[in-house]
Amino acid sequence: MADPRIVPDPRIVIVGAGPAGVRAAETLVAAGVRPIVIDEGGRDGGQIYRRQPEGFRRSYASLYGSEAGRAEDLHRSFEALRDRIDYRPETLAWGIWEKQLHLLQGSRTSEVDFDALIIASGATDRLMPVRGWNRAGVYSLGAAQLALKSQASAIGSRVVFMGSGPLLYLVAAQYSKAGAKVAAVLDTSSFWLRVKALPRLIARPDVLLKGLALTWKLRRARTEIETGITPVEIEGQPETGVETIRFRTNKGQERTVACDAVALGYHLRPEAQLADLARCEFRFDVQTRQFFPVKDTDGRSSVAGIYLAGDGALTLGADAAEASGHLAALAVLTDLGRQVATRDVGRLRRRLRAFERFRRGIADAFPWPASAAAAFSEDTVVCRCENITAGELRAAVTTGSVELNHAKAFSRVGMGRCQGRYCGHAAAEVIAASAGVSIETVGRIRGQPPVKPFVIGAESDAKEGA
Amino acid sequence: MKPLQADVIVIGGGLMGTAAAFFLRRRGRSVILLERGLVGQQASGVNFGNVRRQGRFLPQLPLANRSREIWGRLRELLGEDAEFLATGHIRVCYDPSQIGVIEAYAQKARDYGLDLELLSANALKARFGFFGPEAIAGSYSPNDGHANPRLAAPAFARAAARAGVEVFENTEIVSIAKPGDDFQATAADGSVFSAPIALVTAGAWGGALSQQFEEPVPLAVHGPQMAVTEPLPYRIRPVIGVSTVIPAEVVYLRQVERGNVVFGGGARGPAFADTRRAYAVPGNLTGQVRQIRRLVPALANMRVIRTWSGIESYLPDDIPIMGPSARLSGLYYAFGFCGHGFQLGPGVGDVMAELIDRGSTTTLIEPFHIKRFATAEAARLVSA
Amino acid sequence: MTSSESGRFRRVGEQDRPRLVFSIDGQPAEGCKGDTLLVAMLTQIRHLRSSEFGDGDRAGFCLMGACQDCWVWTDTGERLRACTTPLAAGMCIATKAPEQAWPTLA
Repeated sequence: MADPRIVPDPRIVIVGAGPAGVRAAETLVAAGVRPIVIDEGGRDGGQIYRRQPEGFRRSYASLYGSEAGRAEDLHRSFEALRDRIDYRPETLAWGIWEKQLHLLQGSRTSEVDFDALIIASGATDRLMPVRGWNRAGVYSLGAAQLALKSQASAIGSRVVFMGSGPLLYLVAAQYSKAGAKVAAVLDTSSFWLRVKALPRLIARPDVLLKGLALTWKLRRARTEIETGITPVEIEGQPETGVETIRFRTNKGQERTVACDAVALGYHLRPEAQLADLARCEFRFDVQTRQFFPVKDTDGRSSVAGIYLAGDGALTLGADAAEASGHLAALAVLTDLGRQVATRDVGRLRRRLRAFERFRRGIADAFPWPASAAAAFSEDTVVCRCENITAGELRAAVTTGSVELNHAKAFSRVGMGRCQGRYCGHAAAEVIAASAGVSIETVGRIRGQPPVKPFVIGAESDAKEGA
Repeated sequence: MKPLQADVIVIGGGLMGTAAAFFLRRRGRSVILLERGLVGQQASGVNFGNVRRQGRFLPQLPLANRSREIWGRLRELLGEDAEFLATGHIRVCYDPSQIGVIEAYAQKARDYGLDLELLSANALKARFGFFGPEAIAGSYSPNDGHANPRLAAPAFARAAARAGVEVFENTEIVSIAKPGDDFQATAADGSVFSAPIALVTAGAWGGALSQQFEEPVPLAVHGPQMAVTEPLPYRIRPVIGVSTVIPAEVVYLRQVERGNVVFGGGARGPAFADTRRAYAVPGNLTGQVRQIRRLVPALANMRVIRTWSGIESYLPDDIPIMGPSARLSGLYYAFGFCGHGFQLGPGVGDVMAELIDRGSTTTLIEPFHIKRFATAEAARLVSA
Repeated sequence: MTSSESGRFRRVGEQDRPRLVFSIDGQPAEGCKGDTLLVAMLTQIRHLRSSEFGDGDRAGFCLMGACQDCWVWTDTGERLRACTTPLAAGMCIATKAPEQAWPTLA
C-alpha cells in the first residue's frame, strides 16, 4: 500500500552551502531527490570552509590546518553534487511566508515554493561590547579569520585577540603562523574553569588536544596570553581608530597593550532569523543565556516542513554541522514517507550527543561574560549601527521598557542595519541588570524581514513552482 | 475587590486614549486609563507617522485642523514633541485625469481652512528635484508634516500620569457593564474599575466592547505594511504620497532627520487581534519597492533594512467611530480609525474631552457617530 | 606587491596576483585580482566610511556580510557592501555620500 505521506516529486530547499547544507544536499541526492541549494556565498564551503578566490594558490594544509582533510572532503563532495542539485549561489533568502521562500540575487527577486525547507544558515560571532568597540580597527574574531583565510591579509600590524572561547586561540595561532604580529591574547575566562570543565571536554579528546597544542604554539612564539581578564576600553581616536587596549589582569592590575587592530569574539550565535520568520519556537538556554530555535535531535523545528541544521540552530561547530545536516535530510526523507537506514540515524544521533556534551563543556570553560553588561559605563556604545549607548538603553528601562523589543522601539538599540545581530545579546543583559529582571524574561529581538538589506531597485522574476 | 473609582475610565491606551485622558485631566476630571498591553504599542505605535490633512474626507478636516494645532504645541503641552516636524506634505499624481481631482480637492479644502498649493511637473522638479518623470502634478500642504509614532502615545501617557491620571498597563478589560449609575469594567486579574463615564478607545478591540453594549460594528483588522531604509543624508523634507485610484499605487514615504526613509502603502497584511500579532508579508515589499522607485527613482540604489506591521482596524465606509453611544448615557467611543488616525489623535483626545466635559463639541464629528451602523443594512454587514 | 604603509590591513601572502587600478575619493588606488573591495581599500587607507551618528570612522566589522558596517558609495550614487563585493578595475569609490544630494542623482 502506498504511504500517504509520499509526495511524488518533493520540492526540498536547503538554505546554506556550508558543512550542514552540503551534507544535507548529499543525503537528499543519494535518495534520488534534486534539492534547491540557496547560498549567499559565491562558492560553497560556508564561512568555516570558505574557499579562497580564484587565483589564490595556498594549499589546503596551509589554509585549514588540522581541518584540511575535512575541508577538502566537503569541497569535493559538493563538486560531485553540482550537476544533481539546483545550486543558487550569491542568493539571499530574505523572507519566508507560508511555504514560500523569498530570494534576492543581486537585484533580482524570486520566490520558490517548498514542501520541506532545511535551514542551515550558519552562525556569526557572539559579541559583548566594550567601550570603544565602535572604533575603526575593531573586528569580530570571525572577520579576523576570514581576512586571513580568504584574503591572505591580517586586520592590522599589531593585533590583539580579546574575548573567550577556543576560536580566540585558533585564530591567534593562525595569525602567528602566517607571520602577522599578535600583540596579545586576552581571555575573559579564567584558566581554572578550563580545568573544571575537563570531564565534559573529554567528550572530544582530539579537539581538546588540538586546543592544548594551539596554546602551546602561541606560548612558544612568545605571545602574551592573559586569562581571567576584564576588558576596560579600546582606546583611540574617532578619525584614526584603535591605538591601545586597556584591561584589568586576573590580579586586578590595569594594563594597556599597544595595537592597531582588535579581534573580538565570545563564541558564535546562530543566524536564526529565517527560523524566526518561519515562526519556529525558540527556547532559552540557561547555561549560555541565549535563545535557540527549538528542534528535535534530528532537526525538526516546531513548524511542520521546517528543519534546522548546523550552527544556524545550535552552535556545535563544523563537524557537528555535517552530522546534523545529514540527519536533518534523513528526517525530511522520513517525513516524506521515504525509507531511510535507521543505522545511520542512530550513529549520527550518538555523534551529536557527544558534540553537545563538548559544547556544554566549552560553555563552562569559556563562559559568556554576562556581568560585563552591568558594568558598562553610561557612554559605552551598545548598538554600533545606531550609536546607542548603555546610558540611553538604561534610560528606556527607566521609562518602563523591560522587554527587549519594547526597549528597541524606544532606544533604537538593535534597530540598525545589522538588525541586532551584534548587540542583541548584550542589550538584553544591560536591560536585565538595569531592571533587575531575569535575562529570559527580557526576551530576544524578534526577526523582521528582510534577513539582510533589500535593495529598492529589486526587479521580480516570474514566480517559480506556482 | 473594592473597585477603583474615577470620573472617567478610558479603555485603550493608544494615541486616542492617552490624549483623551490627558485632556480630560486638564479639564479637571479624575481619570483611570486602562491598557491591555503597554501604551502606544498597536496601531498608534507602528503606523507611518503621517501628520497629514490633505486628501482626507472633507468633513474630517475641522477635526484634523484642530489636531494639527495641538501637534504644533506638543512641547508646550507635554514637554516633548514626539519628533513632530512641519515639513510639508506633497501628493503627486501620475495620471492626467487625476490632476482635476487634486485641483477640485484643493478648491474645496480652502473652505475648510486648508490652503494647498498646486504644482506642475516643472514646479515639482524645480522645487524638489527627486521626483520621477511620471509625477506630472502635485498638491503641496506646507503646514502638514510627520512625527514618530513610537513616541507620541507614550508622551501623552507620561504627561497624563504627571497630571494625575492613573495609568494601568497590562490590564485587559474582559467585561464592562453599567449595572447602576456607574460603569463597571472588570480586568482579567479581577480588578474592577468604576466610573459614571466610560470612553472606549480600544482600536481593533473596540468592536468587542461596543458589542457588549449591543452596538456591534463591522470592524475588520488589517496590518499596514511598513518598511524603513538604511540611514541616508537628510535630503527629503516633505512627506510624500500618491493620489491615485489604483490601490497598488498608493504608497507614501518620509525621511526622518536621522536619515532613514520610512515608507508604506499598497497591499495590507494579515493581523490578528487575539494573538496581538500582525505580519509584514514579503511579497508586499517587492510590490511596494516598484512604486517607491517610480516616485523617487534615486531610492532604487538604497536598501530596506526592516519591515513591520501592526494591528489597525477598519470600517467599511473608511471613517472612524467617534462620539457618544446611541444607546447608553455616559458611554463614548473613539476607535476604528481606518489607518489614518495618527494625525487625528491629539485632536480626537481634545474633542472627546470637550464632549464629555461639556456635553457637546465645537468640532464636527457627527459623520462618525456609531448609530450609522444601527440600521438593517449595518446589521447585515455585521452578520456577514 | 606590498601593502601601502598608510593602510590598515597587511597582506601576508598571495602577493603575486595581477594588479587592478581603482580610485578612492578621486585618488588612484591599487588592489589585487581576487581582493574584496574592503580588503583592497583597507590596504590603502584606514577607513571605509564614517558613522552617520557622529562617533567616527568605520572600517568594517564582520567581513561576512552580516554587520552591514562596510557599505560605501560609488561616485554615481550607488551603494556597495565592500566585504562581499569583488574588486573590479576602474571602480570609483567614495567614502562619503556624493556632494550632489543623493536623491537627485538618478
